[in-house]
Parts: sequence; C-alpha cells; structure tokens
Amino acid sequence: MNARDESNWASKVDRLEVSDELTAAGFNVRGRRLAGAQQGFGKLWQRRYAIDLGSVITPEQVVADWKQRFPTYWPKGATFHVALTGLQPGAVAPIVIASGAPGLTVSTGILVLYMDDTSFTFMCPEGHMFAGWITFGAEEDEAGSTVADVKIMIRTSDPIYELGWPVMKRKEDVFWSATLVNLARDHGVHDVQVVETTTCVDRKRLWHNWSNVANNSGLRSAWHSVTSPFRSSKAS
Amino acid sequence: MPVPVATMGVRHPRTDVAVIDIGGEVTSHCESVLMSAYEEACPPGTRGIVLNFSSLDYMNSGGIGMLVTLLVRANRNKQKLAACGLTAHYTQIFELTRLDEAISLHDDEAAALAGLASR
Repeated sequence: MNARDESNWASKVDRLEVSDELTAAGFNVRGRRLAGAQQGFGKLWQRRYAIDLGSVITPEQVVADWKQRFPTYWPKGATFHVALTGLQPGAVAPIVIASGAPGLTVSTGILVLYMDDTSFTFMCPEGHMFAGWITFGAEEDEAGSTVADVKIMIRTSDPIYELGWPVMKRKEDVFWSATLVNLARDHGVHDVQVVETTTCVDRKRLWHNWSNVANNSGLRSAWHSVTSPFRSSKAS
Repeated sequence: MPVPVATMGVRHPRTDVAVIDIGGEVTSHCESVLMSAYEEACPPGTRGIVLNFSSLDYMNSGGIGMLVTLLVRANRNKQKLAACGLTAHYTQIFELTRLDEAISLHDDEAAALAGLASR
C-alpha cells in the first residue's frame, strides 16, 4: 500500500463526535452514523460543477487555499463551522443552513472523509438532506488550465427530502455556482463560467431506507427550535 | 499531471461467477477501465462478481465513488458483489463508508467465492 494513503483518510468511526466548541451547532450531528449513497433513499445522482481558473495558479495552490478558507467561499445563508483543529481527515463540521422559512434554520454537518493535495471529500451523516459524498478538487486540463470542480454523488436521504428534490436541486445549482464564483474571484478570475453536468446513476429509489425520515435534519431542527425556550428555562 | 494507472484483469473461475483483479491506483480516472472489465466479466448467467484487491496500490475517494456506480450496475443485473484482498486500512475504509453493507468482504478469494455461492 502506498504510504501517502493512510493519513489521507479519516479513521474509522461508528458514531460522529463534535468538538466541544461546536457542541451547540452540532446537536444534529453528534451520535449520528455516516450515510453513504447506499444508505440514502432517492435516486442516485452524480453532479459536477466546474470552472476554468486559467494557467496562473496550480491545482495544488487552489486546493490548499480552498481547504484553508473553505467557509469563506460559501454564499450567504449557510454557515460551515470548522473546529479549532481545522479541516483535516476525520474532522466533523456542523452546518447551519437557512431553510427558507422565516427564522428557521436546518442544522446538519459533514465528516471530512478524505484529503490529498488536489482534492478533499466530505461524507454526509444520517439526517442530512443527502446521503453520499461531495468532492472538491482541481486538476490541470489538456490545455494546461487549472479546472476547479465540485463533484457530488448523492441520493436524498428520505422520502420527505426526495419530494423536495426539484427545489433542492435548483438551490444546489445556485449554491455551488456561487461558491465557485467566490473561489475564482479570490484568485483574480472574474466573469467565470460555471459548467454543470448531471447524470442519474440509479433511477431506483431505495424504499427499504424510508425510515431514514426519523433522522430528518429539517424536522429535528424545527423541533429543536420549537423546544428551545423550554430548554432555556430548564437550564436557568 | 500524470493520470493514475489502474489494471483490471478478468477471470471466470466458475460459469456463474467472475473475478476482477484490481491493481494499481484506483481513482475516478479509471472508471472506463473498470466498467470495461465489468462488461467482460458479465456474460449472461453471471450471478456474482469478486473484486480482488490484492494488487491494489492506492485508492482515493473517487475510487470509492466508482465502486458505488459499479454496485448500482450489479444490483440492476441482480448480481452480488464481494471483495477480497483488502489491506486492514482499506477494510476500514469500506466499513467507514459503509460499502461493506452492500459488498461483502472476505479474507481471500476462496472465501469470497464460497460466500457468493451461499448467498
């Protein structure tokens, strides 16, 4: 086995833990198991968003910066919480996303599954809207240009999220396009064109996973929000 | 940037089971090589496929994603997948990503073939 490999991957975990400083944001992640594409519910999609950053910057430079400043490239309305130890294989990062309903946010998170010099991959926990992987990377194309991309392999997690897929798909398009535009702008590339491709890898829904709905992060976040005053009064 | 090289060899130890020997560096770049090997491994009547990773040098997360695509194709064709020859490290990766729930893991090829026969 190649020596570079072991440190690139997260160590095996059965249940996710959240670092102390992120406890509040990570209430919907702590104790959850990871969920790969085969643990999801909906159709399996492979999606890619890509931008051409030209030949001034190398793939390694782009990815090093992307890892370092990952949360700053996200558009408004979503917060990515990085632990003090930073983004590294095995790190758990809670995510808080505006739901669209006033005052209501959805809390979930990711585990950093894999990292090397030209890519890094997040894996979703149970309850996340999606089950699967998302890889951020950069490589040099045949013309010598650095192409940065976001590659996604996901199913929606449960029947509720599957119903919302047409809306979520459009939101994903806006979200990852904006992220890549922000990344490009930070490297001096303006008027960048985001190229999106989508392939349905499996049209079959995994009905045996319908009960994933019990961990639905939207429902659990709403419940957490509704019961928040009671928890506060109990604490005081 | 050099493209990682993966090697895929196909054998048919039984009429209903094929073995794909996977070696080299398995990344998303070798999807076409793996899918060609799968086509070669699957004459009509194939019920199971053993992925033998004994010669694997390296696999990244793109390689894991590719195995999911292979799994979908195998499921569509009502075929079972088994894996053998994984190092302790890659066994843990299969467990971490929960691929082991869909692809049964075995210590060696004989055990994988026996496992497919009993399913």
